Amino acid sequence: MPTAPLSLTASPIEAAAVVRMAEGDAPDGRFGAIATFVGTVRRENVGRQVAYLEYEAYEPLAVKALSLIADEVAGHWPAVRLAVQHRTGRLEPGEASVVIAAASPHRAEAFQACRYTIERVKQILPVWKREVFAGGEAWVEGAIADPSDEAARQAAYRCACG
Amino acid sequence: MRVRITIRLFARLRDLVGSGRLIRDMPTGASVETVWQALVQEFPAIAASRASLAAAVNAEYARFETRIADGDEVAFLPPVSGG
Repeated sequence: MPTAPLSLTASPIEAAAVVRMAEGDAPDGRFGAIATFVGTVRRENVGRQVAYLEYEAYEPLAVKALSLIADEVAGHWPAVRLAVQHRTGRLEPGEASVVIAAASPHRAEAFQACRYTIERVKQILPVWKREVFAGGEAWVEGAIADPSDEAARQAAYRCACG
Repeated sequence: MRVRITIRLFARLRDLVGSGRLIRDMPTGASVETVWQALVQEFPAIAASRASLAAAVNAEYARFETRIADGDEVAFLPPVSGG
């Protein structure tokens, strides 16, 4: 397992390891809540049977994007400690593509920070997935990656705190 | 005077161009937009991608008016789909 709390990895992600990274070296009992999000590969997408997904990343920028998201989280929820791991390479249905852990003294901040983080990951992280299904393949395309898009940031915050 | 840069392409753009890494010479004073336009000249199939494109210079998010320098790495990012 990689040891950096914000990173990409070509190996299977173990959620418990990401939780441990969020806890870091904080003394036992400092956090009263750790919210986790595990994104997994769905077998069916827009009516298609997914054989597997192939994730590609622009890794040096992706690591910086994760740092940027962590800074935004720190701005909104200063007590939260965040860890994020995103997979690259070929993933079978059911495998974890992203794991987020947000540790906090209280649950409300942990849940909010965790939700905010996955929304921002989907908006700006330079990662792309190619879906291979029975009879074809297609790149999945979502948001235009613009970290300075204030409307997108606010939308993520509303999702988290709605 | 020319500057020599590396162009990085990902996902659908890489497929359209057939390579994820190109070395190209650009005029001094060129911007990210200049690089994109040169790329479109060479690979017309990518032209329609401009409306939904983001860019990075030396692995930092960048605007299309950003000036480039010799040795820079200019990346073009189609809409992302992480998570």
